[in-house]
Amino acid sequence: MSNSYEGMVPSVPYLKIDSTGEPYIAGSQCGKCGQIFFGERTICARCADRTSMQAMRLGETGKLYAYTVIHRSFPGVKTPFVAATVELDGGGVLKGTLLEVEPDPAKLAFDMPVRTVFRDSGQKDQDGRPYLNYYFVPAGA
Amino acid sequence: MNDIYVVGIDMIRFGRFPDRTPPQLAAEAALMALDDAGLSITDMQALYCGNLMQASNMVGQRLLREIGQTGIPVVNVANACATGATAFRDGWIAIRAGLYDMVLAVGVEQMGKGLLGGTDRGGFVTEGAIGSDTMPAMFAQIGLEHQRKYGTTFEQFAKVSVKNHHHSTLNPKAMYQVETPLEQVMASEMIAYPNTKLMCSVNVDGAAAAVIASEKAVRRLGLMDRAVRIRTSVMTSNPFAEREFAMPDFNAVTRLASKHAYEAAGIGPDEINLVELHDCFATAELVHYENLGLCGEGEAGRMIDSGETALGGRIPVNVSGGLLSKGHPLGATGIANIYEVATHLRGKAGARQVEGARLGMTHVVGGGPGMGSACAIHILEKV
Ligand SMILES: [Zn+2]
Repeated sequence: MSNSYEGMVPSVPYLKIDSTGEPYIAGSQCGKCGQIFFGERTICARCADRTSMQAMRLGETGKLYAYTVIHRSFPGVKTPFVAATVELDGGGVLKGTLLEVEPDPAKLAFDMPVRTVFRDSGQKDQDGRPYLNYYFVPAGA
Repeated sequence: MNDIYVVGIDMIRFGRFPDRTPPQLAAEAALMALDDAGLSITDMQALYCGNLMQASNMVGQRLLREIGQTGIPVVNVANACATGATAFRDGWIAIRAGLYDMVLAVGVEQMGKGLLGGTDRGGFVTEGAIGSDTMPAMFAQIGLEHQRKYGTTFEQFAKVSVKNHHHSTLNPKAMYQVETPLEQVMASEMIAYPNTKLMCSVNVDGAAAAVIASEKAVRRLGLMDRAVRIRTSVMTSNPFAEREFAMPDFNAVTRLASKHAYEAAGIGPDEINLVELHDCFATAELVHYENLGLCGEGEAGRMIDSGETALGGRIPVNVSGGLLSKGHPLGATGIANIYEVATHLRGKAGARQVEGARLGMTHVVGGGPGMGSACAIHILEKV
């Protein structure tokens, strides 16, 4: 599996590729209040502690907390799609697009288990390198 | 003897004015408010001008070029959808501080059509790839969070639009004056479930203005007959909320503001006779019933079903038509809401008058994905 993401550029700063070539969602945990954030940061937004933030990797499974089915978006964006808010197992809340489900509220359940996957987004940067992005899919998929 | 009052207030009819500029729209509203008070720009000691889309372009100074350059201090304010209320509150603060006796607050916006939200930073396009940053999407998820907790239905959310569109048929200053039956609201184009097009606020151009005065000035000028007391003015930014980095928060920020507002005014929600709250989307109105303490936790769906928030109900909400039907020119909204409540407290709201209104509340909340939020609440009292 290693190096399969070689030459790809992470879509957002909190999506990282480690030295073995594996992608992950970077997070931070406050040592004082325990709050977990996505992305790297040094000061806690919850308790304002400046000294105890630790970098961590966020979990890759979680539950669907809330969602919406987008039927109209900005020009050029393909619809419909499911915009999701996921509570990750082990802490942290992440937004993302939920794939491999029907974009129909009747087919979506609160708390349905999902997992994070890393895929070529189909977009390229100005040097022609593909952007690597993260998505959610139903945990069974 | 140290109370602070609105002595003049008005708004232009909201609509689309592509051939006019924000300073021109602001000037019209400013002159209407000054006329309402029987005063002149030369009586004003400072100007607080709220505008979002041209925040770097000195709209306040350009407004004075239209109506009189008296050399007074001008503060240009931008604070998302709380922009107008922030300008108003800054004027209130200055009078409360004793710096001035009379100031003008103006809110104005000229909007394009289409979806709001997001900002194109170049590079990777997150929209569709990492959820959605449209405003309808944000408030759709907030609505479904309420559904998750309490089982609130698409139909209950849709009823908010039916009610507010009905109210606006009684408001000649609203963008729309058209009834929208429930079936029509639910069958209109789905934008972001559960918000259909008729459950999204209307992007319009608009301006509103208020003359704010100290009690000393009101008495000296004999303006008490048209005065409305500002019982309290509060503002909050979003306190830390568990999921806000993924899902912007408009609940905690409103709850904190309403707590401060009721404490400062020394009253409870059951004493409020009408509310203009931030119904930028139909889903938002229901969550704010609970955030503002108008009903108990989980009761918002029942409350819209029962008609308690319709004109004639226990606590009418958005009798102006709200942002959904009166329209939502971002920077003007906060002062337009104050205009609506003040008009009822003066007993001059015509067909939509809330009978016997003594205390009214205005609420706006602004923000966006990755930004945070701002909430302003004003409680106004009949003199
Ligand atoms: Zn902390």
